[in-house]
Amino acid sequence: MGHEFIEGNEAIARGAMRARCDFFASYPITPASSILHHMQQLVPAAGGTAIQAEDEIASMGFCIAAAMAGRKVLTSTSGPGISLYSENIGLAIMGETPMVIVNVQRQGPATGSATKGAEGDIQFTRWATSGGLPIIALSPATVGEAYELTYVAFNFAEKYRTPVFLLTNKEIGVTKESVDLAAVELPVLAERPRPEAGASGVVDTSTPPTFLPHHFDAVDEVPGLADIGGELIARYTTSTHDKGAYLTTNPAIIQEMIDHYAAKIDAAVDDICLVKPDLQEGAEILVVSYGIISRSAAVAVRQARAQGRAVSSLVLQTIWPVPEKAIREAMRGVKKVVVPEMNMGQYSLEIERLAPDDVEVVGVNKMDTTLVSPEEIAVQGGLLPGGSS
Amino acid sequence: MSQASESNHTSYMTDAIGPLPFCPGCGHTALIKALDKALVKLQLDPKNVVVVTDIGCIGLADRYFVTHAFHGLHGRSITYACGLKLARPELTVIVLQGDGGCGIGGTHLLNVARRNIGITLIVGNNFNYGMTGGQHSVTTPTDGITATTPWGNVEGPMDLCATAAAAGAAWVYRATAFDKDLADVFARAIEQPGFAMLDVWELCTAYYSPRNRMRRTEMLAMIDRLGFVSGQQVDAPRPEYSARYREAFAAAQQESSASGAKQLPLIEKQFDHAVNRQTGIIIAGSAGQKIRSAATLFAQGAMFAGLSATQKDDYPITVQTGHSVAEIIVSPETIEYTGIHDPDYFLVISEDGLKRTRAKIEALPATCKLYADEALELPETKAQVRSLPLKQIARAAGKRSVIAGALGAVLADSGMYPVTAFGTAVDTFQRREIAEINGKAIAEGVRLV
Repeated sequence: MGHEFIEGNEAIARGAMRARCDFFASYPITPASSILHHMQQLVPAAGGTAIQAEDEIASMGFCIAAAMAGRKVLTSTSGPGISLYSENIGLAIMGETPMVIVNVQRQGPATGSATKGAEGDIQFTRWATSGGLPIIALSPATVGEAYELTYVAFNFAEKYRTPVFLLTNKEIGVTKESVDLAAVELPVLAERPRPEAGASGVVDTSTPPTFLPHHFDAVDEVPGLADIGGELIARYTTSTHDKGAYLTTNPAIIQEMIDHYAAKIDAAVDDICLVKPDLQEGAEILVVSYGIISRSAAVAVRQARAQGRAVSSLVLQTIWPVPEKAIREAMRGVKKVVVPEMNMGQYSLEIERLAPDDVEVVGVNKMDTTLVSPEEIAVQGGLLPGGSS
Repeated sequence: MSQASESNHTSYMTDAIGPLPFCPGCGHTALIKALDKALVKLQLDPKNVVVVTDIGCIGLADRYFVTHAFHGLHGRSITYACGLKLARPELTVIVLQGDGGCGIGGTHLLNVARRNIGITLIVGNNFNYGMTGGQHSVTTPTDGITATTPWGNVEGPMDLCATAAAAGAAWVYRATAFDKDLADVFARAIEQPGFAMLDVWELCTAYYSPRNRMRRTEMLAMIDRLGFVSGQQVDAPRPEYSARYREAFAAAQQESSASGAKQLPLIEKQFDHAVNRQTGIIIAGSAGQKIRSAATLFAQGAMFAGLSATQKDDYPITVQTGHSVAEIIVSPETIEYTGIHDPDYFLVISEDGLKRTRAKIEALPATCKLYADEALELPETKAQVRSLPLKQIARAAGKRSVIAGALGAVLADSGMYPVTAFGTAVDTFQRREIAEINGKAIAEGVRLV
């Protein structure tokens, strides 16, 4: 054991390699570029493929195809790049493609401030593509968590055959921190489900054997993935399709497929929703936070407690799907929920949706490229004694 | 593949879902059948073949093949084909794209040609968007009538072959769907190890042909009229991308397996410290003064003394000019909030650094110790100013080591953690020649306070 002094972007690259990522494509963009730099060093040396694509659209195209051909893929960008990823994100969701997409958020909109942090892409990530289907997004708060959650994101992508977003921020991506990566506890590495010859879903009607790329019995079942270029003839399509990836116009089949994409995520929320509750008996205030700002929240909560105020804290590592159960539980008995964010109030919409009528939801928001400070949370959130509750 | 060599493939298509869906007389039908014949000629294992289709009428074709199939977004089929080929270089990857897809995905055409990734691109070029109602495309000839050029096209057509050739394509061929040898040409294209492109001219009998009274004869005449070339345009094989990639990184792989993963030494606590709370240090200088790397060494020194540390940098995009400012936090505990509102220590060693941080310096609290080069004219500040004759460090160890020496002075004066811990970081993470010079600078800095 020992410590290193590394930035969040390097931790993401290392986490990806720990998850045995063997394909990476990306286009340079501040503040995500150093992920590309690190992956260009690490991936080829481990026998995989890393390529700087001609643009963000090609990055996604390369990655989706490589994932369907059996690789474990990562791509990284920032807000402007996610805009260009948008259409392919929809394809990845519908094609049930396991992949990890890193968004090192920067101040937007548009080109915005390349070297300044923000968290303006929270709802954008949720609704990044047409169709409105669910996605998974994790948000690390530290360099250590960037490593851990990248690895976890690969596991979720593989287990649920879906794109998983890692939503980080310039403030973690290019900030160096002392960290002991060997001390980070990681779950067992997950592998994508595989169809077996003769198993349900494999249709033995032709030579070579063909199978249903989106086969499921129960609607929430994750289909086995046969590699394009593998032993089973596989199909992949951007068109509305049936379980065989053949275009269909049958409303019943279309609805069943749409239900399936949502159901497989819904059925796994207990596994997917990672939270860090720090609840206090009798607390009238709950602070719900995520990402880098959860560290400011931790300081504010500690200061409030030191001054005799009972305050609960819930830090969300998973932000999509919304960890509704944990949030509802943490809200029990409180009069006010404080939601600090480096945006003008995005996740607070989810908290407002979940809060009972008699619970006030207070956002502590700014988008001036600086961190929301503990003082701002304490004062605007009324955390200190004498503050309104 | 033994199975492939044993079995004799008579077709790579299935009629299980009915006949090809194209309009009577549409060139796509002839094109698809020629592709099937080419595959039969080559007797490839269907498991090693992927038919990638773009959007448009030609995007309906993949489902009729018993090979792997990938039908993706409009204009992006080349990107999926490249992804497949990069992931599995052993695959035969064939793209079916229309002239519309070539337009929307033009950059992918240029880049696959330039990179020479070994896919085969077959463009069914019928001079308009057939699927969406006959709008004009990048290949619609000037004066051509389409739904979107009702008075005649005022744009010029793109010569797809010349474009691909200019981008470096290794194998380029212009054919028509009427060509008797189309299957043979397809087979030759597929056999190319590098990128091969075929621009296959054909009739869109639903829209372009009737609107422009263009049949076979008129279409063939148009090639000459436009001054385009028929047949083989480029046949200049060069190493395929994946082969070159593997070659280039074979050495890297060997090196990394021989020496183990390249990783910097880990830091373990070797020294004590005298920091009792989260402490913020800002250092400001100029590009080229090694501010950022010195800040990292300072943080690593703190880690050798058992402290936690963070570092953020601020510098212009044009990295070799102007200011360079680093914010370091050290703490005996886990660092939560990484902002510094009231720095405990501030070090400024150049005019650029001063200019960038002037407002911060003016707002420093009385608790802050401000170390500044004696040559700098500081603004009014409440901080406790300590003037340092940094030119002495420059004289002893050179200009690029001034920051290391100055940080040595800060450490000696503040007692945050031992100067030897900083020296340990320098010795651990810097090349020996540089470490020796910086060691000299640090010793000189310590003498200044």
